[in-house]
Amino acid sequence: MAFHYELRFAGIGGQGNMLAGAIIAEAAIFFEGKYATQVPTYTSQVRGGPTKADIIISDEPIYFAESTHINFFLALDQRTYNLYKGDTLDGAIVLVDNGLVNVPEEDRKRWDVYEYPIVRTAKYEVGNVITANILSVGMTGELTQVMSLDNIFKAVEKRVPPAFLELNEKAFKMGVDIAKKLKAEKGK
Amino acid sequence: MSKAEIMNGNELVSEAAIAAGCRFYSGYPITPSSEIPEHLSKRMPEVGGVFIQYEDEIASAMAAVGASYAGYKSMTASSGPGISLKQEAIGLACMMELPLVVVNVMRGGPSTGLPTRVSQADVMQARWGTHGDHMIIAVAPETLLETYTETIRAFNMAEKYRTPVYILTDAVLAHLNGRVELPDPSELEIIERTQPTVSPDEYNPYDVEKFGDIPPLPNAENFPKYKFHMTGLNKDKTGFPTVDVAAVEADEERMINKIMNNVKDIESFEYYKMDDADLVVFAYGTNAAAARVAIDEAREAGIKVGMFRPVTVWPFPEEQVAELGKTFNNMIVTEINLGQMLYEVERVTKGNVEISTVLQAAGVPIRPQQILDKIKEVS
Repeated sequence: MAFHYELRFAGIGGQGNMLAGAIIAEAAIFFEGKYATQVPTYTSQVRGGPTKADIIISDEPIYFAESTHINFFLALDQRTYNLYKGDTLDGAIVLVDNGLVNVPEEDRKRWDVYEYPIVRTAKYEVGNVITANILSVGMTGELTQVMSLDNIFKAVEKRVPPAFLELNEKAFKMGVDIAKKLKAEKGK
Repeated sequence: MSKAEIMNGNELVSEAAIAAGCRFYSGYPITPSSEIPEHLSKRMPEVGGVFIQYEDEIASAMAAVGASYAGYKSMTASSGPGISLKQEAIGLACMMELPLVVVNVMRGGPSTGLPTRVSQADVMQARWGTHGDHMIIAVAPETLLETYTETIRAFNMAEKYRTPVYILTDAVLAHLNGRVELPDPSELEIIERTQPTVSPDEYNPYDVEKFGDIPPLPNAENFPKYKFHMTGLNKDKTGFPTVDVAAVEADEERMINKIMNNVKDIESFEYYKMDDADLVVFAYGTNAAAARVAIDEAREAGIKVGMFRPVTVWPFPEEQVAELGKTFNNMIVTEINLGQMLYEVERVTKGNVEISTVLQAAGVPIRPQQILDKIKEVS
């Protein structure tokens, strides 16, 4: 079976989830030599509406680009979590900001759930709330293990304005370290 | 093939337009088409072309018609509500017989509907949106690469047949970012409008006796030398109005026949896994991607199913679909609307085939599973 991996980054407009999804897809295409797609779904509101980015990474050309069998689901907003969690496969990795999303008990039984105050950490520990998406990208890279972290960071470098690179590097590395810690707590 | 790039459907339409020789873009932004003007506002000046954002859709479409009159390959893009406004200009281009490429990035409707969401509900608007008897050419790409190649073909057909050509994409294809390997520019066939070789005194823009059904049309270089009249009124060979019964009748029929007599050149379609199929799915545009996945999965389950996919959706592939009607007992028609091309399939298959449908107008793509369920139900 050829490699095929589906992700969904869900949140509200303005959090940077579309860009985070684009970075993952670009890392797969430019630095891993794979096929990948990113499809954004958003509403008419500029900020605050439910958004999602569906990302598919594959060894083969991708025709239908919406994620329908999700291996990794990230949510930074309760409403969007409820709205878009339905396509997540049993046993999939689910990452949420537990300052913003409450994961019901039945979902914890279905999925391998990781929780962390992502947005708060970006704001107070990285030093800028806009880095929440790159912190998420770092966590995603470490939790999914579908690509090398170096290659994902190369895609971050390609996308982030030079003036903000240092800050985003800090966010990315912190994301990786947090994910490692969460995995260790689970004995993984 | 050149190196792989990451682009979305709107960027690919824009780059293909430039590669096809388009040097005039006029429009008014609207989701989900706005990346087209965004991209072309940067690219047109780089290639010596003109980009203008007008006050509204009507003005911008009229400007694109005017630029074509003046010899430029021109394009305008919008989505449902904007395309409704552009219909007057599209009809004018039909009557003036001017090349024009119109991109409709389809979203939910009617009215403002679902600005950010996918739809295929404007396929009949493309055919019949402007008033009066007329023929139109429309293409509906499925993939990112095809979005590029079909845009090139749209410009070529517009120039060759002196007609508006629609490119029908949708909100998913427009915003889908993916890897695409663009053809090398030297591999592209680019068609220019035929130039008059007669002296300016002897040139008339609709002189079919002298030039045949598609008379030459001056390009930007020749336009200042050839003074000629065009109007939205039915016209004689000089481009001035006429109500002569025989002349009007001949003109109306010729404008349709110049396309229908060349349908073999204009048509484009795909037969997917049809060799041994005993069930056929009719799908087009991005929805064909869902059908393709469903067919692959059905085949893994041992169901012999294939797809007929028109790429040129107008003129409708009558001959091919009529043949499918005679060959198959069952056909599934799927489209992201509540049944539009369905009417055409029903019309040309004349009751020879049992038709089932997978139709949906909910602002989301039809999923492969929905089509697979129908395949299993029918087979």
